[in-house]
Amino acid sequence: MLPELITEGAKNTLVFTFFSFLGGLAIGLLVALMRLSRRRSLRWPAAVFTDLLRGLPALLTIIFIGFGIPIATGWQFPFPKYFPGCLALSLVAGAYMAETIRAGIEGVPRGQMEAARSLGMPYPVAMRRVVLPQAFRLMVPPLTNELVLLFKDTSLLAVLGTLAGGKEITKFARDFANARSNSSALVAGGIAYLVITLPLIRLVAQLESRTRGAR
Amino acid sequence: MISITGLRKSFGDHEVLRGIDLEVAAREVVCVIGPSGSGKSTLLRCINRLEEPTAGRVVVDGVEVTGPGVDLDKVRTSMGMVFQQFNLFPHKTALGNVTLALRTVLGMDSGAADARGRQMLEVVGMAGKADAYPARLSGGQQQRVAIARALAMEPKVMLFDEATSALDPELVGEVLGVMRKLAEQGMTMVVVTHEMGFAREVADRVVFMDDGLVVEQGPPAALLGSPREARTRSFLAKVL
Repeated sequence: MLPELITEGAKNTLVFTFFSFLGGLAIGLLVALMRLSRRRSLRWPAAVFTDLLRGLPALLTIIFIGFGIPIATGWQFPFPKYFPGCLALSLVAGAYMAETIRAGIEGVPRGQMEAARSLGMPYPVAMRRVVLPQAFRLMVPPLTNELVLLFKDTSLLAVLGTLAGGKEITKFARDFANARSNSSALVAGGIAYLVITLPLIRLVAQLESRTRGAR
Repeated sequence: MISITGLRKSFGDHEVLRGIDLEVAAREVVCVIGPSGSGKSTLLRCINRLEEPTAGRVVVDGVEVTGPGVDLDKVRTSMGMVFQQFNLFPHKTALGNVTLALRTVLGMDSGAADARGRQMLEVVGMAGKADAYPARLSGGQQQRVAIARALAMEPKVMLFDEATSALDPELVGEVLGVMRKLAEQGMTMVVVTHEMGFAREVADRVVFMDDGLVVEQGPPAALLGSPREARTRSFLAKVL
């Protein structure tokens, strides 16, 4: 049992985490920039998006994307083993990260943007070359924290993980425990999560104290 | 070089600038003095439109900065600005601070940008610290790098917004020294300052502002020595 828990379950958990984190980061950055825009037509869709996805239970969003959309439209996602799960988690993570990224950008002193603009840099250049590099430094601890949450939230994909080879740790452990009437698979799954999350949690604590020290 | 007419600026209900007219000739050094809250900094920030004027016109080197459809990024390259808080980019070295806009705005390749950057750091006496990050520099050194960063764009005008107000007293001199050198080389400068000694020695003209208006202006000896207006006299009595 243990080899497959690692080679299939843990592998899939990491794949879901990796792509959802990248997707969440991209969505989060886009939504954060929209929320900071001077244009209302960009600000309000971004606000609706973050409020909606933070207001809904993640599990419902996952079920909606994974089952609701295919049922309603008859359309099948490409790469059904991974894509719907990654999309749903990217949207949820993106909504939370958008707030983190926005706070990071707002944490950079206004004078930085002003100095860049006074040198003739257009807004996008000033944002990319001056503000965002500094904002990302402020965002590393909270984003790492969100990585931990996202990693654990991949367990919600157990509701979708019915395709062969697509089970992440929780689904794998649960199926195994059900089939054998033996709970040790659940314990093994729990340990697999902790092996990843505990070092990350320590890392976040360290990063946070270092950022505080540097200010 | 700079022509300001009827400039007004409100923040909400509060009118900070209440109709400013000011001309600055090429190669002229104008020092703007006045109590805090008089609108000096806002005036300066309206010249390169870091603040959006509520009304009025600003023309710099023949370009109407307040005109419709003006290419703000382009006109800003002709105006260097130096801030009270330096605003160096903390993630860039001294040289990186100077070269960033050369590369991203003027499109210079890194070789040419580095060459001009080092030359500018030389001008402000910071060539030896080209590879230091701002956090490793004193306030005076940071401000000199900030001046080099602005000069590198070869501006026609330099705007100084209380450039020495955030400095420890013993560091003020080195920054004023650089500014004095610039003035002697014929740079057109608008200097918002509390340094009366600098205004007296370097300025061609001193402008006294109070409550959003230009109260009085003239040559430094006259304005600082025998001011006509009561408000100017009472301000100078407090700071001199």
